[in-house]
Amino acid sequence: MSIPLSWFLVLAAALFSIGLYGVLSRRNAIGILMGIELMLNAVNINLVAFWRYIDPIKMTGQIFALFVFTVAAAEVAVGLALVIAIYRNRDTVVVEEIDLLKE
Amino acid sequence: MADLINLIENWLENLILGWGASQELTLFILQALGSVLVVIICFVIVIALIWVERKLAGRIQDRFGPNRAGPFGIFQSFADIIKIFTKEYITPEGAEKGFYNVAPVLAIASVLAIWAVFPFAVNVLGADIHVGVLYIVAVGSFGILAILMAGWSSNNRYSLLGASRSVAMLISYEIPMVVSLLVPVLLAHSMKLSDIISAQQPWWNLIVAPLAALVFLISSMAEIGKAPFDLLEAESELVAGYHTEYSGMKFGMFYVAEFLHQYTVGALITIFFLGGWGGPLAVQWPILGFIYFHFKTFVVYLVISWIRLSLPRIRIDAMLNLNWKFLIPVSFINLVAVAIADRVMLEFSVARWIYVGIMFGLNIFILLVSLFLAGKASPEVERETFPANRPVAVPPGTESK
Amino acid sequence: MVPVLVFAAISLVTLGGAIAVVTNKNVLHSAYFLVLAFVGVASVYVLLEAPFIAVIQVLIYIGAIAILIIFAIMLTRRLMSKDMEERNQQWIWAALGALLLFGVLGWLVYNANWPVIEAAVPKEPITLMGEELLSTYVVPFEIASVLLLAALVGSILIGREKDQESRSAE
Repeated sequence: MSIPLSWFLVLAAALFSIGLYGVLSRRNAIGILMGIELMLNAVNINLVAFWRYIDPIKMTGQIFALFVFTVAAAEVAVGLALVIAIYRNRDTVVVEEIDLLKE
Repeated sequence: MADLINLIENWLENLILGWGASQELTLFILQALGSVLVVIICFVIVIALIWVERKLAGRIQDRFGPNRAGPFGIFQSFADIIKIFTKEYITPEGAEKGFYNVAPVLAIASVLAIWAVFPFAVNVLGADIHVGVLYIVAVGSFGILAILMAGWSSNNRYSLLGASRSVAMLISYEIPMVVSLLVPVLLAHSMKLSDIISAQQPWWNLIVAPLAALVFLISSMAEIGKAPFDLLEAESELVAGYHTEYSGMKFGMFYVAEFLHQYTVGALITIFFLGGWGGPLAVQWPILGFIYFHFKTFVVYLVISWIRLSLPRIRIDAMLNLNWKFLIPVSFINLVAVAIADRVMLEFSVARWIYVGIMFGLNIFILLVSLFLAGKASPEVERETFPANRPVAVPPGTESK
Repeated sequence: MVPVLVFAAISLVTLGGAIAVVTNKNVLHSAYFLVLAFVGVASVYVLLEAPFIAVIQVLIYIGAIAILIIFAIMLTRRLMSKDMEERNQQWIWAALGALLLFGVLGWLVYNANWPVIEAAVPKEPITLMGEELLSTYVVPFEIASVLLLAALVGSILIGREKDQESRSAE
């Protein structure tokens, strides 16, 4: 407990911002997915830090983190299946070139 | 004398405290020393195992093993080590330097990290964490990453093909391995390895959960890449799979990782299904526990080698079929059945031997039913029948020498 | 002193890995650095005395998700994509936005007055977690299993080969 809670929260905020930069600036669809994973990890660090410092008696924070893991895994699986299907059709994974619905 | 390891540890602790170090620093130094000692023991064991493997392979295949380098060839391993150390590192052009060099290190690091949680005797433990079982599975998945890294960064089509096939096999076989590992956890009501061993003491898990032991054995043999699942290094098909482009000590690292992984799997089977360090007088004399542990591990290692040297390789689609259509359903049904039986028998507080008997019967029942169903589901093979007077090399009736 | 040093080292590894993920040209190298970031996050969980979450992080993120990402990268590699520019046109606005968000969030959480309790971690965390999962949180638990089933079936259907799809449509 010699590390104050705010340090962990600042670390999570930094990780979230880096993930956000990754999502907004990458051209490769899989690169964007990696940014999303970083953001989900930052959220999990927040949850577990709050569990440890504010309510360690019950396991609520860890259970919440567990559900975030589950949702992240499901989302990555479906997202990558979509990317592979798009690659088969369009032969590209650059998101700027997947613009069939634009005028 | 009976508690040798703790004796040495106490003497060392007093020595370092006498030099004026604080309590935490002493603990840290002792733990670091312990880890280094375990790593050194692992490497020494691998040197002995290479000799045993080659001699055993020779004898099973009806030939002598190495017998030139020293009496019975016992210095063959040392000759191999000297050869590997002095070989030239040939890095392929176009290989990604950093990841190409990190991959063998990661492969052996992931196997060595499993040894951190093993209980060698009743009070000789590395790290007794609450989630020991999950830690073992998690660290094992680092080796898969090492294979992918090696296959891609070698800039070689065959390496990449070999790496993709082996990773597909490895991640498929992780599922029955983890699910069958959950059965000893269920029976011991804890994920700590020391609790799992303590819960096995009169009756080993081999008797209480034989189906889980069988499924774990099969899926572990697939995880370490030993025949019949050895398409990781199918020499006739893929040159050498993902370690085609590695020479010298880098290949030595992969080689050592493979042998050490086989020994580690033997240790895992010992801990989860054969009672770990248990045996006569193991609790009063911990040094005996240490000896029992290594003896049982070595026996399982020999069994794995024996299976490996007797069976041919399965094709990859047959292997994946075996996993997804047989092992996974069987392991899940086994887990659910054992969970229900355990809960019901806990409610009625049955005696220990009735519990063991019912569990054993349940496992055998599930195994027989699933084998029967699998036999029904396989297509009938058309076998060619030969007439009675087919041409043979030695006509029947003549005497054979 | 020692916990502060350990925390500094772990955050350096995590943030360094994360920055390498989002700025690397080669998307496969980004995936390797993503594994490094995940290892850093797992160490943060160990520091927070949550070993179960740390091991689950390694198992799920590194053992499954990272390998899945690397496989997908290997399957969607174009042969001539070595010199492709990895940042799109709006990267400078993205960087400014991310910096702004970090500034606001960081300032907020650093200066907030959190109701910190100096309590110890429960002795049997996994037993407690199991009991809570099956009593208080049983509905999200069941919904999570349905979600995983939907993801499993969905990703297999989406990722199928084309000729199988046309065959099943007939």
